[in-house]
Amino acid sequence: MAISTAPAAPPARPAPAKAPAEPRRRRPGRLQGSRWIAVAFAAPLVIYLLAFYAYPLIRSIDLSVHDYTVRAFVQGNAEFVGFGNYVTVLTSPLFGQALANTAVFVVASLVFQYAIGLALAVFFRNSFRLSGVIRALFLVPWLLPLIVSGSTWAWMLNSDNGVVNSALQTFGLGQINWLTSPDTSMLAVVIANIWLGIPFNLVILYSGLQNIPTDVYEAASLDGAGAWRQFWSVTFPLLRPVSAITLLLGLVYTLKVVDIIWIMTKGGPADSTTTLAIWSYREAFGTGQPDLSPAAAVGNILIIIALIFGFVYLRTQRRQEQS
Amino acid sequence: MTARRPWWKTVLGIVFIALMLFPVYWMVNVSFTKTQDLRLSPPHLFPFDATLDGYTEVLRQQLPNLGTSLLIGLGCVVLTVVIAAPAGYAIALLNLRGGRTLNFVLLVAQMIPGVVMAMGFYAIYVRLGLLNSIGGLILADSTVAVPFGVLLFTAFMSGLPRELLQAARVDGAGAWRTFVSVVLPLSRNSALTVALFAFLWAWSDFVFASTLARNSDLKPVTLGIYAYIGNNTTQWNAIMATAVVASIPAAILLIVAQRYVAAGVTAGAVKD
Repeated sequence: MAISTAPAAPPARPAPAKAPAEPRRRRPGRLQGSRWIAVAFAAPLVIYLLAFYAYPLIRSIDLSVHDYTVRAFVQGNAEFVGFGNYVTVLTSPLFGQALANTAVFVVASLVFQYAIGLALAVFFRNSFRLSGVIRALFLVPWLLPLIVSGSTWAWMLNSDNGVVNSALQTFGLGQINWLTSPDTSMLAVVIANIWLGIPFNLVILYSGLQNIPTDVYEAASLDGAGAWRQFWSVTFPLLRPVSAITLLLGLVYTLKVVDIIWIMTKGGPADSTTTLAIWSYREAFGTGQPDLSPAAAVGNILIIIALIFGFVYLRTQRRQEQS
Repeated sequence: MTARRPWWKTVLGIVFIALMLFPVYWMVNVSFTKTQDLRLSPPHLFPFDATLDGYTEVLRQQLPNLGTSLLIGLGCVVLTVVIAAPAGYAIALLNLRGGRTLNFVLLVAQMIPGVVMAMGFYAIYVRLGLLNSIGGLILADSTVAVPFGVLLFTAFMSGLPRELLQAARVDGAGAWRTFVSVVLPLSRNSALTVALFAFLWAWSDFVFASTLARNSDLKPVTLGIYAYIGNNTTQWNAIMATAVVASIPAAILLIVAQRYVAAGVTAGAVKD
């Protein structure tokens, strides 16, 4: 889901911050009567947020402080255990591993998504024949349903019949058990996730590059700076605000990835690809017997981590708008 | 002018996109491969010896699932636009008190992991009997699109020229009239963008479907594919054929909406 929700960011950003400054003064007469009208127009959204965001969240907190079994669900008499589920989760040996897996998955994905996305954005900065069409085609991985990408990658990386191993064998390299060996499973899901995340990085970084005025480059090339030099002394420093936004947003979205890992490896083998999100999903829905209380505890820990980075993102964005 | 544009960049660009889209090509290639050829080593790189067996399998087994997905997608589109457009209007043009707070809440809402939402919905739906229902899935899926929709509508509508709204008011139009006959028609491209993404996300959803509709008779197509994989099936041509069919909305979005996405973004940014 991380990538599928990612498009939320770029189209929403160009909101002109300057709009409210001037025209607001001009229509005090209308404001008086329209205060309640405004509320009426926003009411469906507010009710919606309360019913379908706030309430599910409260329910998930409620799940995490009770001991819900399937029977307790039906009878509605789950035992209150306070922070018991959290203690169990935090002291579980899987917690450290899931946290480390999450860190590896997120950091490795982000570094390569960003580097490749930036390289491509620089490549596309000056238009060339067919550049618009080719750039549009780069969006494809982003738009495909994750079950489609996940199953395609799973079949490509299949040990015996996958095209990747077949290609490696023609180069004389041995068979790699991408998805079935704990040594390579993380690498496999990271590769798929990098592929999924490149479009998002390309789109945001490309639009960031378009905002760097061309005369900066002209001045740089007059000073005799070559392409490599221009990148490091013009593009990269001037793109830093956009880079920060891209990476932070990518971080928040990558933390909550479930689909792609679950479809490819189900968190295995031997928990080698179990991230916090996967752990939570597996406890809750991965087995026949839903164990929702510990799952909710893991999920709520994940929310806290996501929100910490989320607030860093929002602060960074706000500071950039002010400057 | 075009003569000075380097052709080598075009060639390089085609090489890059070929590498990037290889998995997509491979999906199509496998979908046309005969079942007995699936385990060939090395595999056929081109579908010269093509078969439509995979696609007949899709028609035989996945049609109801595709219908379910279509229904969920459309329901999600309606729900999202109906909630998001008026809210965007209130925040952008009616100076809603607490509009900034609402914007902030929407940004934070987008950061909440889907797993947690799914658990909350599960607990609620068990009580209400909404598990395994299309309505329940539409509601859950719309939570991905509604915050995006409100933010997009707000961004676009705050770029609309105020003179137009004042003219409408001078003509005696109330807030509702202005919304329906001035703001909405002008926001057509944003509405289309929101609708297309709402549809695509609902169509692609796996987490909500696999948690809230696990035992449903009416499965969305994502669960149809997932059930194939889970069965340890040997029919990867059928899986990939389903995947190709499930990718059609993405392809349509890319062809049709690319323009509208760009139009929505620039229209919001350029006007002042």
